[in-house]
Amino acid sequence: MHVPDGFLDAPTSLATAGVAALGVGVALRGARRELSDAAAPLAGLVAVFVFAGQLLNFPVGAGTSGHLVGATLAAVLVGPFTATLCLTVVLLVQALAFADGGVSALGTNVTLMALVAVWAGYAVFRLARALLPRAVASVPVAAAIAAFVSVPVTALAFCGLYAVGGQAPIDLSTLVVTMLGWHTAIGLGEAAITFLTVGSVVAARPDLAYGARDLLTTPELEIRTAAWT
Amino acid sequence: MSRRRISTRTLLTAGLAISLVLAGVVSYYASAHPDGLEFVARTLGFESTSVESAVGDSPLADYAVRGVSNSRLASGLAGIVGIALVALLMTGLMRLLRRTPAGSGTGER
Repeated sequence: MHVPDGFLDAPTSLATAGVAALGVGVALRGARRELSDAAAPLAGLVAVFVFAGQLLNFPVGAGTSGHLVGATLAAVLVGPFTATLCLTVVLLVQALAFADGGVSALGTNVTLMALVAVWAGYAVFRLARALLPRAVASVPVAAAIAAFVSVPVTALAFCGLYAVGGQAPIDLSTLVVTMLGWHTAIGLGEAAITFLTVGSVVAARPDLAYGARDLLTTPELEIRTAAWT
Repeated sequence: MSRRRISTRTLLTAGLAISLVLAGVVSYYASAHPDGLEFVARTLGFESTSVESAVGDSPLADYAVRGVSNSRLASGLAGIVGIALVALLMTGLMRLLRRTPAGSGTGER
């Protein structure tokens, strides 16, 4: 879903760059609360895994492919603020070192994948968690549902940007239908990879997964009143 | 505790190893078809509005290390370099975030 340079006009690209800068600024503050001693190295691993996952295009239907965005996966494992930072770093490296996604479109790509995909995915994850049984086993399921939804939602956000600043006169309803169609199919792949990844981490160390931590019944720490007088 | 949990170190090492294999080896076998957005742009006829990235002549452009003639090696190396860059940036960022207190009461232990 990496937007190249030239798809959107300069004012729109500038506006999304502003939104991206604001969003990343908020995430830099918010991430401090999410980062415990163990979570900081996990955030690094999540970013690395998302980069690797985004390289693996899987075939979707005739002549098309899709790849992991990883936004929901990251939000569930390390928290949404930290996930925004993970995705931003991945997009930055892709745009500047590998010419994947435009340079002037970097703000657009950060807005779409590090903000819209992360926060839409995280919101659906919380909703799904609230509806599913309160158990650690629900976490990968809720993450998969959220991952599935996050891809067409992000595609829809792109359509919105294209309606405002698209460089070619494309019929909006045609664009929406085509984008949603393909990205719903790609969302199935996103859901599968997210289910397997979140499921593996939660099975090994549920205490490390941000989206599962509140479900652990065994208290890690106990507060006792002082016994001396 | 009902069962033994693997250590954080083991989890991180396994995750890094999997990522390196995915980026360094498996990525070569990824589908070369255009992705959803590219495909839609091609079908609806606005793909031609895209312009070459300002860093289009980067030695790593399009996930292939320039000058390496073996395409399997070129893409594998690019994947591993990318992982190193992401890991480096994330480590630096995490250090910076964990060092500055920002008024939060959770100090380092």
